[in-house]
Amino acid sequence: MARTTLPFGPQHPVLPEPIHFSLVLEDEIVVQAIPKLGYVHRGLEKMAEIRDHNQMIQIVERTCGICSTLHAMCYCQGIEALMGVQVPDRAKFLRTVWAEMHRIHSHLLWLGLFADAFGFESLFMQCWRIRERIMDLQEATSGNRVIVSVNQVGGVKRDIKPETQKWILDTLKLVEKEVLQLKSTLMDDYTVKKRTVGIGVLSKEKAFALGACGPMLRASGVAQDMRQLGYAAYPFLDFTPVVETDGDSYARTICRFNEIFQGIDLIRQAFAKLPEGELSVKVTGLPSGEVVSRVEQPRGECLYYLKATGKKFLDRLRIRTPTFSNVAPLLELLPGCELADVPVLILTIDPCISCTER
Amino acid sequence: MFMLNTILKNLFTGYATRLYPFKKREPFPDVKGELKLDVEKCTFCTVCQIKCPSQCIQVDRKERQWKVDPFACVYCGICEDVCPANCLYHEGFYRPAVFDKTVDFYAGPPKLAAVPAAPVAPAAEGGG
Amino acid sequence: MSNAARVLSDQNTSTVPVERVVSFSKIFRDTGFRFVTMSSSDLGDAIDLLYHFDKELDIRSMRVTVPKGSAISSITSVFSCAMLVENEIKEQFGVDFEGLPIDFNGTLYLDEDVQRTPFCKIGVVKNFPKAQEA
Repeated sequence: MARTTLPFGPQHPVLPEPIHFSLVLEDEIVVQAIPKLGYVHRGLEKMAEIRDHNQMIQIVERTCGICSTLHAMCYCQGIEALMGVQVPDRAKFLRTVWAEMHRIHSHLLWLGLFADAFGFESLFMQCWRIRERIMDLQEATSGNRVIVSVNQVGGVKRDIKPETQKWILDTLKLVEKEVLQLKSTLMDDYTVKKRTVGIGVLSKEKAFALGACGPMLRASGVAQDMRQLGYAAYPFLDFTPVVETDGDSYARTICRFNEIFQGIDLIRQAFAKLPEGELSVKVTGLPSGEVVSRVEQPRGECLYYLKATGKKFLDRLRIRTPTFSNVAPLLELLPGCELADVPVLILTIDPCISCTER
Repeated sequence: MFMLNTILKNLFTGYATRLYPFKKREPFPDVKGELKLDVEKCTFCTVCQIKCPSQCIQVDRKERQWKVDPFACVYCGICEDVCPANCLYHEGFYRPAVFDKTVDFYAGPPKLAAVPAAPVAPAAEGGG
Repeated sequence: MSNAARVLSDQNTSTVPVERVVSFSKIFRDTGFRFVTMSSSDLGDAIDLLYHFDKELDIRSMRVTVPKGSAISSITSVFSCAMLVENEIKEQFGVDFEGLPIDFNGTLYLDEDVQRTPFCKIGVVKNFPKAQEA
């Protein structure tokens, strides 16, 4: 059979963000996939040379809209480690609350887009309707719906009062009830299973060797979650990483679905144990040294490398986002699948291309 | 089959979305909407210009003028936090969409020159 | 805050000469480490490359100093996932990696008509041939 090369992306109805693949097909089976990035490259790392380390928080938050406060948290943790700052406990708990809110809304967003990728638009709309409740929570507690700017070096900027906490817990109860109604549609439906079970199987050794992270790694059986490192308030909360063993797209969907419930549970624990205290400590001076800081974003492990030499601007800021390292397993999964499964596979890694290309 | 309950509920209850622009909801308190300045209280110290991450504020100290580019502003709230005179605030409503970009301009009242206190009028002599 | 933010020190960073990069990476792989990423920064007349490896939440780094304009062999024979990161560093710092399976030749993020590598203070002028696919 003659081979044809099909361009996939950057504008495509199933892709949330622009990425391009040149798919070499032999009679509807993909033989080779060559990626092409660079459609959203904004050069954010280079801005560290013209903005001082406090202004960089706002820039780093805008790397990605969905996991924005986790980028700011990772960056602030790095600067705080370089300057030897101890963040007060109340600020750690509040940072955890916002981080888990981001995780819940990111997984709901992904669930909707994944359903849209194999054609189930009404599930997509239902998931996003539930997600609107979380966006209202974020707007009421921090002032912005998407780019939640509450982190600063030394703590957080805003507080959550007891009346707001009660409202948040009531809203989360509603969210939990509505997500549970979707559970049987997602997990037991014959059509959903036919499109996801057995597609894109990643074995445990391959996932580890190819550098996958986040739910891709956990759905293949490796119990590794960066929240176990013990940053923010996670040492005081108890949770276990959500692990599945099959390694196919269905397992990844179940893994992310269960993490929504884990997130709601973590917010409830955080509010129950929230200590009194200050919101932030005053920090003066300039950082110097090198530090590697990691957090668990909804998509996986995010790494920040900061190099500072005591001057006003940082010497080097390096961001490695989870989708960047999940593209390598994707290039391994694509050859051998059918053309109709390509959108399902691309969305199963939870692509956030604006994170990948910063 | 599994979504039957949701489908029937959606068919027989009303709209899921609000009929914006005919019905608007009250904004939450402390929402970061439009940025406004209370120019009477402003001391033109330029701290907001120095701390702004997107460099959208321009302060002219001598002429006592304050400008912000609302389309470059990222609504982060740093200027409101650092202002020593507490004269910057965010309105609850977001700016509506427009066709042309504009710049918000505020001119401060001219600085009063230091005036020596007027001598107290001597008590009226003679009384009466 | 334990080791989520790990300040680089001699306990967790080892400095490796340029020729031994592939053999040290093999040692990391055989003792169960996972490849995380590479970072790089400009030191004036050399580029400082840092390879980060992780095993069970413990992160270690390997530092290699490469003089500007010279080549270093790629570790894609050991860790095949390093390909994207090495392409990015080649494009932004001008470090030449030998043995890349897919070489974007400087067009991964930037356009073909960008002549100077963006990150170096004293830039390395690119003279890559047109991008080719393996």
